[in-house]
Amino acid sequence: MATHLDISQVSMEFPTAKGSFKALDNVSLKIAKGEFVSLIGHSGCGKSTVLNIVAGLYDATEGGILLDGREVRGPGPERAVVFQNHSLLPWLTSYQNVELAVKQVFKKTKTKKEMHDWIMHNLELVHMTHAADKRPDEISGGMKQRVGIARALAMEPSVLLMDEPFGALDALTRAHLQDSLMEIQKDLNNTVIMITHDVDEAVLLSDRIVMMTNGPEATIGEILQVDLERPRDRLALANDSKYVDYRAQVLTFLYEKQRKVEPIAVAKEKKTVVNAKVANA
Amino acid sequence: MNIPSLSIASLKDRVENFSFKALLFPIFGILVFVLLWQVGASRVHTSLGEFPGPTVVYEQWNSLVTEHHNERVKEDKFYQRQEKRIEARQAKDPNYVGKLRDYTGKPTFFDQIFTSLYTVLAGFGLASLIAIPLGILIGLNSSVYSALNPIIQVFKPVSPLAWLPLVTMVVSASYVSEDPMFSKSFLTSMFTVTLCCMWPTLINTAVGVAAVEKDLLNVSKVLRLGWITHVIKIVIPSAIPLMFTGLRLSLGIAWMVLIAAEMLAQNPGLGKFVWDEFQNGSSNSLGRIMVAVLMIGFIGFLLDRAMLVIQRFVSWDKTQVLR
Repeated sequence: MATHLDISQVSMEFPTAKGSFKALDNVSLKIAKGEFVSLIGHSGCGKSTVLNIVAGLYDATEGGILLDGREVRGPGPERAVVFQNHSLLPWLTSYQNVELAVKQVFKKTKTKKEMHDWIMHNLELVHMTHAADKRPDEISGGMKQRVGIARALAMEPSVLLMDEPFGALDALTRAHLQDSLMEIQKDLNNTVIMITHDVDEAVLLSDRIVMMTNGPEATIGEILQVDLERPRDRLALANDSKYVDYRAQVLTFLYEKQRKVEPIAVAKEKKTVVNAKVANA
Repeated sequence: MNIPSLSIASLKDRVENFSFKALLFPIFGILVFVLLWQVGASRVHTSLGEFPGPTVVYEQWNSLVTEHHNERVKEDKFYQRQEKRIEARQAKDPNYVGKLRDYTGKPTFFDQIFTSLYTVLAGFGLASLIAIPLGILIGLNSSVYSALNPIIQVFKPVSPLAWLPLVTMVVSASYVSEDPMFSKSFLTSMFTVTLCCMWPTLINTAVGVAAVEKDLLNVSKVLRLGWITHVIKIVIPSAIPLMFTGLRLSLGIAWMVLIAAEMLAQNPGLGKFVWDEFQNGSSNSLGRIMVAVLMIGFIGFLLDRAMLVIQRFVSWDKTQVLR
């Protein structure tokens, strides 16, 4: 398939008080149109940095981002972001939050009526039309995230970037939103990059799972192709041997190859040895 | 917006939910204060007689109200006399164009309250017009902030009494007109109020603007909002709570400064009233000054409440407890 988004040899250094800190080293990834890619890795491995670079919120120290063969710099609505904590403007209603984005992107191409229909259509996609006139503090966390997704979709982005979109939600709400996202993805065929901590979420939603090594100088460790037929059903997949195998592969990567914390048993053992030494002394 | 509506139903609701307890303690506090005041006042002797207690203050209040009423009656008669005279002359000579002369009687206590109010609002309004845009600019740009911060910090603590002579001289020198729209004393008082009260609004607006959540700034960047849309849609709404904190502080300062400024600038407001009574030195003076003191306090309280009402109306965060 032709490359839609090309993350080309991206490195990122942050200046700190103790000299520069290299967060990312030579990250390269080609993503096809309509592909759903998850980035997974431990905290601090630079997943968010990759996403922020693609979004244009950070400027890569080396390398760059190509969208349909053209380099992109700076943020823009064609790479819409769904932020982790919804980031809705608290003084605007759900409708107005989406409207702000729609007015900005389509003010020259759509009439007022068309814009209104488009806003309602996107709220409809995430099942939020009933709360169109409610402000963020009047709706639940899951609903806020839905509106956040509607706002991003309304920009008609060529790439949808999601930074742990369901991380702050309870398990049931999360499952519900994942199902909604799969449905929307089926209809719109968006290109999506999603950051997640959740192995099940990654396997369930993605076409490819990009596993990142631990920082500093984090880079892509392994890439897992997920060949599960869509539409996917979480209940049916729970006992599916392929699904279980994919899940095991990601877990192995995270907890064996890129182990961040020592298993508790090992840590305990060490402690006992130290204590024994102290007791002997 | 959820503005507390004043419909009959809600009014009825309020009356029903009205608890006597909520009023009990404030009333008790006031009663104890008045009692201590009465007892204490009778023990303080000055060259102008006893320090005014509540009863004296009440008498003086009544006499000020009567004076105001009498003055209005006199004024009406004055204009009626003039009109009659003009009509009489026009009856003889149809070409005669009469000229109504303004009444020149002395302003009463209530006229002076009115003068003080519009002077303070003019000064505060001007200060807000300067401080809010400047605050936004400072908050948005850290270079402008570093450039202006030392100046702000130095001018902020300056007393109105120090500014006043300078303002007086500048106003006298620059506002020269045959038929002045404003009196010089008004302008002097107003500018002094402006100079002293703009700082809290300026600083709080700047802090509020600088403290816009980073996520919201990212939203603005992703949407590629233009500068003006960015300021109107993101920056100002998020700075509104702090902006109002500043505005309320400013209005409080403005009202305090005004009384001092009016004393020295001889603007015919409450400050001048106090000063004139002090210079007058009659046996009524202290009681009248005390009436003014209470009135100044009460108006200051009402001004703050008015700002609170506006803040409730404008604020998007209805969960925020405003007091």
